[in-house]
Amino acid sequence: MEHYTMNLTLKVWRQKNAKSEGHLETYQVSDISSEMSFLEMFDVLNEQLIRDGKEPIAFDHDCREGICGMCSMYINGKPHGPWQANTTCQLHMRAFKDGDTIVVEPWRANAFPVVKDLVVDRTAFDRIIQAGGYVSVNTGNAVDGNAIPIEKDKADAAFAAAMCIGCGACVAACKNSSAMLFLSAKVSHLALLPQGAPERKSRVVNMVAQMDKEGFGACTNTGACEAACPKEISLSNIARLNQEYLTASLVSEK
Amino acid sequence: MLDAKIPSGPLENKWTDYKGHCKLVNPANKRKLEVIIVGTGLAGASAAASLGELGYKVKAFCFQDSPRRAHSIAAQGGINAAKNYQNDGDSVFRLFYDTIKGGDYRAREGNVHRLAEVSANIIDQCVAQGVPFAREYGGLLSNRSFGGTQVQRTFYAAGQTGQQLLIGAYQALERQVALGNVKMYSRHEMLEVVMVDGKARGIIARDLISGKLERHFGHAVLLCSGGYGNVFYLSTNAMGSNVTAAWKAHKQGAAFGNPCFTQIHPTCIPVSGDHQSKLTLMSESLRNDGRIWVPKKQGDSRKPNEIPEEERDYYLERRYPAFGNLVPRDVASRAAKERCDAGYGVGTSKQAVYLDYASAIERYGRTEASKHGLEQVSIEEIITMGKEVVKEKYGNLFDMYEKITGENPYEVPMRIYPAVHYTMGGLWVDYELMTTVKGLYALGEANFSDHGANRLGASALMQGLADGYFVIPYTIGNYLADEIYNKPISTDHEAFISAEKEVSRRLEQLMNIKGTTSVETFHKRLGKIMWDKCGMARNAKGLQEAISEIQQLKKEFWKDVKIPGAIDEFNPELDKAGRVADFIELGELMCIDALNREESCGGHFREEHQTEDGEAMRHDDKFMYVAAWEYKADHEWILHKEALHYDVIKPSQRNYK
Repeated sequence: MEHYTMNLTLKVWRQKNAKSEGHLETYQVSDISSEMSFLEMFDVLNEQLIRDGKEPIAFDHDCREGICGMCSMYINGKPHGPWQANTTCQLHMRAFKDGDTIVVEPWRANAFPVVKDLVVDRTAFDRIIQAGGYVSVNTGNAVDGNAIPIEKDKADAAFAAAMCIGCGACVAACKNSSAMLFLSAKVSHLALLPQGAPERKSRVVNMVAQMDKEGFGACTNTGACEAACPKEISLSNIARLNQEYLTASLVSEK
Repeated sequence: MLDAKIPSGPLENKWTDYKGHCKLVNPANKRKLEVIIVGTGLAGASAAASLGELGYKVKAFCFQDSPRRAHSIAAQGGINAAKNYQNDGDSVFRLFYDTIKGGDYRAREGNVHRLAEVSANIIDQCVAQGVPFAREYGGLLSNRSFGGTQVQRTFYAAGQTGQQLLIGAYQALERQVALGNVKMYSRHEMLEVVMVDGKARGIIARDLISGKLERHFGHAVLLCSGGYGNVFYLSTNAMGSNVTAAWKAHKQGAAFGNPCFTQIHPTCIPVSGDHQSKLTLMSESLRNDGRIWVPKKQGDSRKPNEIPEEERDYYLERRYPAFGNLVPRDVASRAAKERCDAGYGVGTSKQAVYLDYASAIERYGRTEASKHGLEQVSIEEIITMGKEVVKEKYGNLFDMYEKITGENPYEVPMRIYPAVHYTMGGLWVDYELMTTVKGLYALGEANFSDHGANRLGASALMQGLADGYFVIPYTIGNYLADEIYNKPISTDHEAFISAEKEVSRRLEQLMNIKGTTSVETFHKRLGKIMWDKCGMARNAKGLQEAISEIQQLKKEFWKDVKIPGAIDEFNPELDKAGRVADFIELGELMCIDALNREESCGGHFREEHQTEDGEAMRHDDKFMYVAAWEYKADHEWILHKEALHYDVIKPSQRNYK
């Protein structure tokens, strides 16, 4: 692959803290290698800002290999930028060309308040999990791992849902800021497995209630979440969630 | 100073006997006992969940925005367990034996046997939590072989085993948060251990959003803060992975065990330029089918496919005809470095070697052709069929490679280079996982305990979860049983006030330097010294130079570092500055330890101590001990030796020719 360097104009959201107003600020970066990752380009920009006595841009990131779910940039109108099935940290600069202008904003959602610049507070996701995203089994109570065989197809489908990295791109992509794809991935993961069966009804009802309480919007099935998901979590999980919710509501024993 | 507290009696009874005789805390008293847990990876999350379930009052801390982000999540391959589901002769003893041998006879028999014993419980526990491990068509759990062992004992969830195990532990943790047994503090960083009457009694943590310092009391403090691979700047660790919690504990009296034992993984995507921020691992399984080579000519700038067969040097096959491309991690890593240092490296940086699938593709293609009874097939058709087979086996890894490099590994050989991956060293702990400070524990990669001088593949996840789910719930009781008489100490106690003052002073000192050089620049310089002189191969001269260079770097750092922003706000540069300051001090200790250990073992290769063929040479007569370093003052440590006794296994020298 041929490598090249580029000069870019960046328009980046700056916001001092949750309470202050934010605005887009324009920066120039030069000699950016096509081999660099998008976040490495931000490292270069930040080093430049520090050198010039300005404050660097705060952004979330950790593993930089697409699995921890911490990075969260809204790049040119798309969560995680232009590539499909990709996180911001795995986006590389060969996606851009010399002279490009790139607009970078934080996730936008009422339930994800801005902490600073591009950093948002996603603890709402943790609270949704607290509402029921688990199997209630204490350490030491487990039976042998092979005591309950699980159909391979079901185990694979549960795994496909469990691959969610909790980044929140689905929420950022949704015009209603709905968290349905995130929630449905967890409900599906546990509903597909026998271990999740005893709490199946209470789980879905409690998690949906918590999601509403956090201020996420409603789902209108546009599929923007699925298109933005770096792990390609399927929209069919939302269908399963609706089914689970309906069943739980109809046959509730309470 | 060092009492490992290994229970007496036969190896296989030690843990059972311990559990049968350790002190218990009654449920009513557990509610009165508070435990602080720093870090929420596999070790921390599993410990927090388990202790919360038992009824202890737990406070858990992580620097990320959620406990689910911890770097355990990035582990790819799998988790070992002595289940013998495959009926291939596995047993607790074999897992124990493989781990001791893999660690090049520098781990404790007692600890490792316990690890092997509880390994099976881990799998059961994770399945019960809903961890979607890979399964066979019959619905039973699937296994694969890993890292040179002769049995199939590795459980996995595609290439995301760490993620699935961590999410399981995270969910168990969040359940305890919901029940009120665990209080979670995310975006918090521990900056000091608070000591009262010689015991760890709490921590000073900084809220990373507001910048405010907080005092937290605990009857015990558990450090589950991971490894210190980022001392090398470039590693497969996450950007935030750091040694700060462990280092603060070290400076409060916790001895540091075997700091020089570092694992360098041979198959990582190489550095592409000066702006590289981290390295990505490519699963070791790729060496099963790939052939590793460099050009025979130095500085050859032709494209790999333009270099004819006879001008390629398959150096592993040349040097190690018996094992070829499948030599152990440390050997493969050193051989790649040797070729690149000698000027045969490839790619833009010249710090890479080729991992070539061309012959595997052709071989698989021919097998496919004969499977389908095709005789008149063109080489193109064979290659197409071969690519399909390779895609099925390694597709996700090839995709990842392409995403990062922009090159198609089905057409062009991959470029790989070794990278820092794991640290076997860590806080010294006894059998109960307690450090040399009373009431202060270390779990998971943060401790030194189970992997000796080299960790086997798929064993890190096992150890993290063993410590958190199955060891600490028993051993902490043995300490806390005597603590029920001690009321919680007020955070207005003099010890908390002075610890907070000291943290505050340090932060102000950092901010007031107002120098000219960024934190990142210092970190890169430290990384270069460590990589060049305390990396894959080490020698006395280099290590001595490194020590004085690091001392010099430390002086410069504290004189010239430039940190923008303020203390009382969200300031990632300040967070990083504190971590780099600690890495600099650790780097010096690693070099001192590497200099002291005048032998080659596992990941520690001293050039002076090799056989005529360039193989590692252990000196069991002089170095069969754990080096536990006690901090005295700046640049000053005292070495304590914990002798290792092998009652069951007889140590032998490794050979791969």
